[in-house]
Amino acid sequence: MIEVRQLRKRFGDQQVLDGVDLTIEKDESLVIIGRSGGGKSVLLKHIVGLTPPDSGQVLVDGQDIAHLNERALLAVRRKFGMLFQSAALFDSLTVEENIAFVLSRERNHTPEEISRRVAEALEMVEMPGVQKKKPAELSGGMRKRVGLARAIIYRPEVVFYDEPTTGLDPVVSDSIDKLIVRVCERLKVTTVVITHDMRSMQAVGRRVAMLHHGRIYTSGTPVELMASTDPVVSRFVRGISDEKEHTF
Amino acid sequence: MTEVPTNLIQRLLSGLGRFSLMVAEVVRSLTTQRLSGRDLVDQLHFIGVKSQMVVLVTGAFTGMVLCAQTYFQFHKVKMDTATLAVVSVSMCGELGPVLTALMVAGRVGASMAAQLGTMRVTEQIDALRTLATHPIDYLVVPRVVATMIAVPLLTAESITVGILAAYLVGVHLLQIDPGYSLVNMQRFTDHRDVLMGFIKSFIFGGIIATTGCYKGIHCGQGAEGVGHATTEAVVYASIAILISNFFLTLLLTRLLALI
Repeated sequence: MIEVRQLRKRFGDQQVLDGVDLTIEKDESLVIIGRSGGGKSVLLKHIVGLTPPDSGQVLVDGQDIAHLNERALLAVRRKFGMLFQSAALFDSLTVEENIAFVLSRERNHTPEEISRRVAEALEMVEMPGVQKKKPAELSGGMRKRVGLARAIIYRPEVVFYDEPTTGLDPVVSDSIDKLIVRVCERLKVTTVVITHDMRSMQAVGRRVAMLHHGRIYTSGTPVELMASTDPVVSRFVRGISDEKEHTF
Repeated sequence: MTEVPTNLIQRLLSGLGRFSLMVAEVVRSLTTQRLSGRDLVDQLHFIGVKSQMVVLVTGAFTGMVLCAQTYFQFHKVKMDTATLAVVSVSMCGELGPVLTALMVAGRVGASMAAQLGTMRVTEQIDALRTLATHPIDYLVVPRVVATMIAVPLLTAESITVGILAAYLVGVHLLQIDPGYSLVNMQRFTDHRDVLMGFIKSFIFGGIIATTGCYKGIHCGQGAEGVGHATTEAVVYASIAILISNFFLTLLLTRLLALI
């Protein structure tokens, strides 16, 4: 469904992506792991078409989106839903207006239908009755749930999660992981999660790809990665720093 | 030594290029996309209704001080009754549009840059894009259209209030003859002066909104980036208004003389 070929991106002196090759199959649940600042979010932004690459291809259903203009990309992005690390809710709008954003702009839905679908989306993320609240009135976990409701209301084919548990306590993180699994099963969507949270990786992923030094270093099931004897993988999944390397 | 000017020129040219692309995208959006009436009304309310106080005060006190200063000079040569004519012509063609635009640039241009800049640094603009919405369609076009409608209306209001305030100061405070003043005002104030003010304010509205939106959408990271964007939006819009005013005066005087 999505294929990334030899993707490269440089910011100033730093080569962030250095020939990434990755395939995301339909209906799979893929987790991309890697060090902080290692280019995971940059890779995600390339896949969604938010950032143009220096070179390489991003094929979505066979169409290379890497060099499409913004208007052409809008149609491709209709297939995607994305939950941002900060949730990125529109702070001038209410929760209901945030979730209904896409439907309201399509102009072919009645207000009753929009209200019903917003309520359904909120029900799915276990946040009923918060339609009239503003994002500023919500906690971090609640914002992520509303962000997810906004991302799934128009039934995308692929849902991307950019570090969905970052900044949340372990209990809320676990509930978000369970929510991701439930959304994936109920909506039958392809799920791509970016994280460096190993608990989250094991809870959500059916396949895991590790980004290291700008490339996909290895991939496999969560169990395979947790049991890996490769020093790079092993150190990462166990959270052991290398004294020879800068870890900040 | 040559690196600094080269970088400066590169930055200037790339900035101008990005600005031109944004303006071209605004024009494309206006001709191909449907403008949301609700977004437009929201922006008209924010730009037009909420700028009332600042525009009324600016117009009134500009008219009053212009009347007083003109009177003090004209009184020396016994031309008191030409005072309001000077106020009227100046307010319609120059002071009304320029001062209103500068005040709106300070209030609205800064606000646009801050709003859009904050949306950029908090990934709200990226979120818009993932929701299959072009930021130009949703954020920039309603603001540009609303500003280009609101600024001429605010200018007309400012001019009217300025002339009325000048009349009150001239007739009741400085004892200028009201009859001759009104006749002179009507004789010297041409419809071309009014038209010039209207065209200028329409263009100034476009300058304020495009500069504010451009600075917001392309702002740097963090609070510092938003701060810079806000300051630059006001400074660049004000400079562009003052410079373009000079050329517009020359151009429109020639063009309007033909009608």
